[in-house]
Amino acid sequence: MFDYLTYVREGNFPHIWCSGCGHGIVLKSFIRAIDKLGIHRDEAVMVSGIGCSSRTAGYVDINTLHTTHGRAIAFATGVKFANPKLHVIVVTGDGDATAIGGNHYIHAARRNIDLTVLIYNNYIYGMTGGQVSPTTPRGARASTSPFGNIEPPFNISGLASAAGASFVARGDVYHAQKLEKLITQAIQKKGFSVVEVLSPCPTAYGRRNRMASPVTLMEWLRDNCIPVKKYEKMSEEERSGKIRTGVLIDIEKPEFTEEYRKLVDSMQVRG
Amino acid sequence: MKKVIMGNHAVSYGVRASDVKVISAYPITPQTQVVELLSEMCADGEIDAKFIKVESEHSALTAVVGASAAGVRSFTATSAQGLLLMHEILHWAVGARLPIVLANINRAVGPPWSIWTDQNDSLSQRDVGWLQIYCESNQETQDTIVQAFKIAETVKLPVMLVLDAFFLSHTFEIVDILEAEQVRPFLPPYSTEVRVDVEDSHSFGNLASPDGYFELRYMIQKAMEQSREVVKEVDREFGEHFGRSYGLIQPYRCDDAETILVTSGTVASTTRAVIDQMRDEGIKIGSLKIRVFRPFPFEEVFEVLSGAKKVAVIDRNISFGHHGIFFQEVKSALYGRTDIPIIGFITGIGGRDVTPTVIREIADKAMGDESPEREINWIGVKR
Repeated sequence: MFDYLTYVREGNFPHIWCSGCGHGIVLKSFIRAIDKLGIHRDEAVMVSGIGCSSRTAGYVDINTLHTTHGRAIAFATGVKFANPKLHVIVVTGDGDATAIGGNHYIHAARRNIDLTVLIYNNYIYGMTGGQVSPTTPRGARASTSPFGNIEPPFNISGLASAAGASFVARGDVYHAQKLEKLITQAIQKKGFSVVEVLSPCPTAYGRRNRMASPVTLMEWLRDNCIPVKKYEKMSEEERSGKIRTGVLIDIEKPEFTEEYRKLVDSMQVRG
Repeated sequence: MKKVIMGNHAVSYGVRASDVKVISAYPITPQTQVVELLSEMCADGEIDAKFIKVESEHSALTAVVGASAAGVRSFTATSAQGLLLMHEILHWAVGARLPIVLANINRAVGPPWSIWTDQNDSLSQRDVGWLQIYCESNQETQDTIVQAFKIAETVKLPVMLVLDAFFLSHTFEIVDILEAEQVRPFLPPYSTEVRVDVEDSHSFGNLASPDGYFELRYMIQKAMEQSREVVKEVDREFGEHFGRSYGLIQPYRCDDAETILVTSGTVASTTRAVIDQMRDEGIKIGSLKIRVFRPFPFEEVFEVLSGAKKVAVIDRNISFGHHGIFFQEVKSALYGRTDIPIIGFITGIGGRDVTPTVIREIADKAMGDESPEREINWIGVKR
């Protein structure tokens, strides 16, 4: 049996997440990933913003910075820039990363700085009571869209890909072992790496959208999350309503802190 | 109609009664219920307003500035970090002379994270040029929203209502609910000729050279000074319509008081209970609640306090390197006009409860303390 307790701050438990929330599965998957990679806790920094996802930084016993709403990536940029030896992991949510912090998200991707960003996508602002978020699907109900959301959603992974991230993956909390692998790959990747994790919110999203039971939400993930290879073989019709999961982007490109060091080195050689 | 509602919803009902046309917001505890109920009211057609949930507090106030520049009555609400993120646009709303009303639920600023009350979020915005009104009860909150629109539209400056997190925002009280039809004779629908309009265009925010900028700032200060009388007049008129008035300040048993405790927000209610208790013991003590913080009611405060032998100011805030902020303001109101000792007390930071015992400790300390040099006293710090 894997011993999770060595990686958590027991004093901060019980956690704040609701029954049926997927966030605990992300926490455990992350812990298994850093354990497998043999990363010493002093070499890892977790940076979080605001929201249910960001509470993860309160529970994991590594270096942590719990920062302001939307700014985790900006704080993390400073940490990585100051000490590039650190493994810097950002935990954030759909609202935190793509609404109030949207600008930092796309610019960190463009800059391709070596951060690992885990975005817990639950399609809603869970902590404050279910307001519509940038990933709330069109037509879905939220406390601020009682008759259905009229705004089109962001594609979180697509946004990072388009902005220049070197690694983009999408996972979900039903497929927990696969999620662990994606997180492992993302941490190993030199460059801006994103793992979008579909993590259900029965309390604020499910109840308003005929998926009140956590089991229904998990079954929905099981039935609709399709691995990339299988997805590619499917017809347009079969793809309808399905979500592509797995590694979506994995490319080599210059990483920011290395480029910076190279520039400094080259200047010094020239004297 | 009377209803038992929470402080946050008292804000929503005030907005509902004020014919507001655009509401923009971003969720933040402990404010969220203000706009949550407003979004329901919009969805149910209870108010004829447009509601948009945007991507940050900065955007929330910015959208409201846009709506106000387009000539409609506009509202937003926030707390703590949200208000701080709005800071740039708080200045902008003043410079653009837009009559926006904003409700801020006082919440401590991070780090460390806290969702509980203190006044540092709103008081650190004191110099931006918004009027600030600190509310104490749910009835006062609802009524002040309605008053705030009238004040703002008269002086062409934005108004911020301030409520203590949880002690007011989440406390349920009986409120005589105002209906829009009832309020309309007092607060007619808003219209302004200065707006962005396809028929008659105006420009907001263009470059002003040193030749003109100075005068525009002078005019803001003049409007702020003028607003002191406007607040009083609007409050009086509100009283004529609805039988309730609140004043710039609220003195309590101050007439023959030798010691006066200066308070704001919900601490004022607790203090009054302690004053009654001490009066029963034969102690000549009173309290003064400062309701309107900007513009600061210098004359009114001086008039009440000048009769006392000692003044104690209770601050649920701290200006690091200086003193409590209400303390500084009260001191400046008395400066050069009296030599009454003024003693500052800091308490209740980060939501620490300010109980009658705390107030009594402050009162006893103030009465017993003969050395006015010791201006700052921290009450309840664990050492």
